[in-house]
Amino acid sequence: MTTAPSSTLRPRFVIAGNSSVLWALLVLALVTVGATVLAEAGMISTSFVKTLGKTLCLCLAAIAMDVVWGYCGILSLGHMAFFGIGGYAIGQWLMTARTTDIVTQNLAGQPLPPTPREIEQAVASQIFGVVGADDFPWIWAFSHSLALQLLMVVLVPGVLAGLFGWLAFRSRVTGVYLSILTQGMTLALSLWLFQNDSGLRGNNGLSGLQNIPGLDQWGQDRISLLFLWASAGALGAGYVLFAWLTSGRRGSAIRAIRDDEARLRFLGHGVEGLKLLVFTLTAVVTAIAGALYYPQAGIINPGEVAPLASIYLAVWVAIGGRGRLYGAALGAALVSLLSSWFTGGGAPDIPLGFYTIQWTDWWTVLLGLTFVAVTLWAPKGLGGLFDLVPSRKPRQGDWGPDDGAWRREEGQP
Amino acid sequence: MRILLALLVALWAPAAGAQTLQDLLQQEPEAISDPSRRTVGEVLDRLVDSGLPEVPVFLERWQGKEVWQRKSDGLFFYAEEDGDGHVLYDISTGEEAGRTGPRELSELKPNAGVRGVIGSALIEFQLSDPDPARRQAALDAIAKDPAPEQAAPLRASLEGEEDPDLMARKERLLALLSARFDEDPAARVAAIEALGADISVEARAVLNQILASRPAVAATLPEDANVARLLVPGSADLPREAAYVMLVEAGLAPPRVTETEIRDALVASIADGMVGETPVATLGTDAARHAAYDAIAPARGLPPRVTEAEVDAAISTHVFWQGYAEPDATVTAAAQRALGTAETRVALWQGADLLLDAVSLASIYFLAAIGLAITFGVMGVINMAHGEFIMMGAYTGYVVQTLVPDYTLSLLLALPLAFAVTFAAGVAMERLVIHHLAHRPLETLLATFGISIALQQVAKNVFGTQARPLTSPAWLDGAWVINDVAGIAYIRIAIFVLALLFLGLLLFILKRTRLGLEVRAVTQNPGMAASLGINPDRIGMLTFGLGSGIAGIAGVAIGLYAKVTSEMGADYIVQSFMTVVVGGVGNVWGTLAGAGLIGGFQKGVEWLNPSNTLAAQTFMILFIIAFIQVRPRGIVAMKGRAAGA
Amino acid sequence: MTALLHVDSISVSFDGFRAINDLSLTVEPTGLRAIIGPNGAGKTTFMDIVTGKTRPDSGRVLWGEKAQDLVGLSESRIARLGLGRKFQRPTVFEAQTVAENLDLALRNPRQPLRVLFARRTADDRARALAIAEEIGLLPHLHRRAGELSHGQKQWLEIGMLLAQDPRLLLVDEPAAGMTVPEREHTTDLLRRAAETRAVVVVEHDMEFVRRLDCRVTVLHEGRVLAEGSLDHVTSNPDVIDVYLGR
Repeated sequence: MTTAPSSTLRPRFVIAGNSSVLWALLVLALVTVGATVLAEAGMISTSFVKTLGKTLCLCLAAIAMDVVWGYCGILSLGHMAFFGIGGYAIGQWLMTARTTDIVTQNLAGQPLPPTPREIEQAVASQIFGVVGADDFPWIWAFSHSLALQLLMVVLVPGVLAGLFGWLAFRSRVTGVYLSILTQGMTLALSLWLFQNDSGLRGNNGLSGLQNIPGLDQWGQDRISLLFLWASAGALGAGYVLFAWLTSGRRGSAIRAIRDDEARLRFLGHGVEGLKLLVFTLTAVVTAIAGALYYPQAGIINPGEVAPLASIYLAVWVAIGGRGRLYGAALGAALVSLLSSWFTGGGAPDIPLGFYTIQWTDWWTVLLGLTFVAVTLWAPKGLGGLFDLVPSRKPRQGDWGPDDGAWRREEGQP
Repeated sequence: MRILLALLVALWAPAAGAQTLQDLLQQEPEAISDPSRRTVGEVLDRLVDSGLPEVPVFLERWQGKEVWQRKSDGLFFYAEEDGDGHVLYDISTGEEAGRTGPRELSELKPNAGVRGVIGSALIEFQLSDPDPARRQAALDAIAKDPAPEQAAPLRASLEGEEDPDLMARKERLLALLSARFDEDPAARVAAIEALGADISVEARAVLNQILASRPAVAATLPEDANVARLLVPGSADLPREAAYVMLVEAGLAPPRVTETEIRDALVASIADGMVGETPVATLGTDAARHAAYDAIAPARGLPPRVTEAEVDAAISTHVFWQGYAEPDATVTAAAQRALGTAETRVALWQGADLLLDAVSLASIYFLAAIGLAITFGVMGVINMAHGEFIMMGAYTGYVVQTLVPDYTLSLLLALPLAFAVTFAAGVAMERLVIHHLAHRPLETLLATFGISIALQQVAKNVFGTQARPLTSPAWLDGAWVINDVAGIAYIRIAIFVLALLFLGLLLFILKRTRLGLEVRAVTQNPGMAASLGINPDRIGMLTFGLGSGIAGIAGVAIGLYAKVTSEMGADYIVQSFMTVVVGGVGNVWGTLAGAGLIGGFQKGVEWLNPSNTLAAQTFMILFIIAFIQVRPRGIVAMKGRAAGA
Repeated sequence: MTALLHVDSISVSFDGFRAINDLSLTVEPTGLRAIIGPNGAGKTTFMDIVTGKTRPDSGRVLWGEKAQDLVGLSESRIARLGLGRKFQRPTVFEAQTVAENLDLALRNPRQPLRVLFARRTADDRARALAIAEEIGLLPHLHRRAGELSHGQKQWLEIGMLLAQDPRLLLVDEPAAGMTVPEREHTTDLLRRAAETRAVVVVEHDMEFVRRLDCRVTVLHEGRVLAEGSLDHVTSNPDVIDVYLGR
């Protein structure tokens, strides 16, 4: 035992054990406080504050994706389905409560005080008039209660992910097969939402979510800051949670699933259960991110849970750098902000003489090709840049998914 | 009437021999220029009985508002506009008969009722018209709007009918008319029973018309009612509310006072913040409103509220049933039986039609998925840009079609060209990207996704977001119609043939050529294959090209019946993945089975719920997830130790 | 002495090929045992069946004093019962350090939820260090397993098996690709391990088997051909026929 280093396998507190957590929390706090100060000073617009808040939610979804993919090796092409479910769940309450307020105000002018039935009918025809219905579908049974809908934000994706994961992992579906199945799951969900009889207003989706019932006197500028702080809080908490999850023996086991799950199984670990835990936990966190995102976006429709959205999530994580939480957050923030800058017409056109490159048209092409380039030449993504800092000693377990996942088995079904 | 007219004709007979059509019309010009539904019959009978050959044409033009009357002398002409005036044509000879200036003619405008009567008279002529097309048109008119009086002329026209098809159709129409309108019940029943063997839409429509029924209510069931079935109030057939509404409509019960009426009554009675003895502010619940209404109702002469107990009592003392409009029970019973037989046969044919649809959908999925399956099997790589190769193939077809105007030729050019273009694109992609990501399938999946979104956007930038048509040659238009129930478009048959062709071609390549042998070796054991001197790089490249090339062909095929858009690839890619997952990897038969299963399942769900293709897809994906539980490696799975590695 | 593992007439076939054909075998609670046989004799398939990777078409695999049937249990369940397996190719978690590799294998509660809330105790640390010392990897605790030499990886894998503290160790060709000193070290490791538990070595290198000096079972075409000391089986004409006859 003479040469054993003293730090070997010694349990340490998560934050102390991983300097990136402290740095990430610090940067997050700076961004939030800075944005608040600037917004109060009137130097940045309310819509920019909202964009920031939304970006933080996307970062939260991205680090969840990173845990399930970069650490656990499950390339889920369906995590944005959970994001959307979170949004729909909170949206149901927002829309019901908001419409009830408006209807109550309108009915106050009537000669008779309205009965509860009259209010409910008026609310229902307001909300479901667009799909030709005037009753609350069963799926809105809890929409009158904030507490119950908040429970649904966690419960619905939890149960769905649990069920799906149990079925998929039980039958030992892995690799690209599993990816395709998760894609099928989100496609099924979006197709179902697109129908009018799903009870969630078909392709109209839910709208007017930016108006928070009970906070009417606040104004959007204050509400946007409230959600910025809430999003930052959720991201911080999520970061610490996932840093904890990926540390110690549990983190070691999760990475072992990614690198060789059969071996881990022969070591006596319940691989299926562990995968299910990770898949479900990340799904729930993603749903919470969605529940914070859509009140800032104001509208949600079935297009948001289309398979493409989930693939973009994977793209962000890949560009940011898999297998490190800050990489995923960085990728999500950078790509989504750049994306809205380019597609919003913020980027100047490039005249080539014979043809003018308009970024609103060509940004997607650039993104696609960048993504190919990153996959080919910079598998560590943007996060890999941090390894170039000379004072930094090589990262623990830095054989990341890029080298560690070098397995021919992965390609087998 | 006929006898009367015969008399009339007899009266005119002396003059009739030398009469022209004009003379005939001039005997009673007002009946022509201003006919009524009541009077036109006489005129028509006279015209028909005259036996003049020009009568049918005249009737047709009269019905079509093409007959004009000269104001000066009241003579009738056909006319054609010419500048301000008209050129006149004689109604008998059709020769030009002078010109008129403006406003010298008045157009005959018989009303719809009159035109209908003229039409019936015309049918008699048309049914024996020498031109088969016109006879056909007359038969169609009868089928569209059958009436009892059509039976006689139809029966009369049977004699002398030479066209066997038209003869058959006439006989069938006669049977239909007989089934519906014959006055002899025995003849009707016989005609109806004969219809059981007929699955045409017409026959079933007739049976349904005979079986037309509507709900009825009475205190006791009338003796003479022809009851289809009794209705139980409160069942799904007849909800309680609907039953009570029927009672109200039949005047058997007082209407319920609705909540709106209660509210309006209360509002009308508000005085000083009170309704009767009740303060307005307390009327925020239904119970309070009811109580307040009950309190004021007698004094104000408002109808009393009907209580739930009263509703139940009213319903329970009445009988509800579905009654046939047709009073004769033997007729409806026969129709019921005939419809039952017909529907069984229809169901069988629908099954056959569904099978055709499923096969056609399966061939599309097969074409779309087989390339994917090959590359996945050989290289363990999922190509997310496969859908975009389909799109590239379709756009190649579109471009060829804009350059080569002949559709047949352009299609023949487009197929190999689409293969070449996508083959090249596939090889380029393999060399530039996939090759560098060997053994990293998840990364490959994502990199190809990057290519996919880039290609899609480029297509959007080049061709625009508008859908481009890919027109099939005329000989592929139309459909092979077996009967009213089953049929399939030629284009789908062509796609099926194309799929068969490629199935055969692939089987040939894989089983009979050196390339196929090497591909199979690499699929089963890449390491061993490499040590045997097979160059896996070359195999990978060729396989990828082949898979992509087939995607291009699939693109042309899909473009022929669906629109070509930049997003069309995305519509097929997930289905293609599912086909591969269900079918199993690296096996042509597996993909075929997967495509068959998915196509069949999707069509099956659509059949169960035809209004909702979205639901069909949702169910299909759920089914696939469930299917994977039973057969995680697809229908045709590799077995043995190699499969577990 | 009751048997630790009793394989009772198992058979399995892949696509009509009978990989294991009515095989019966008994393993005592302690001591070394070698299973030899030419390629395709069913050695690896036998291990697959015992460890739960492959399910036999028929037969039972009875374990321990209570004669529990292992057929149908999951790999992880079987591993937790005390069955450790080492693969032919060294399979360690290359992206993780030697210490982490050993820690993952330690005989602790390994159900998912228990792992999720597990804390590394001082006792865990001591056990990991002791094993590292035994396999001679103490100086390399902080190196990633991927950086180790081939032989070191083999030892690490044996170390991971020891960390599991199994009652039966199944070892597939441990000496493949090793230098002579490395082989000796490996032989020592296995012999020492066999003092307290059963160790079954699957091997086709006769020289290495001779070095192990233990009871030998010869498999051929999925059934037991001969059993006894190495000298005994090598003088068996059937065995000679199988090894040299073609």
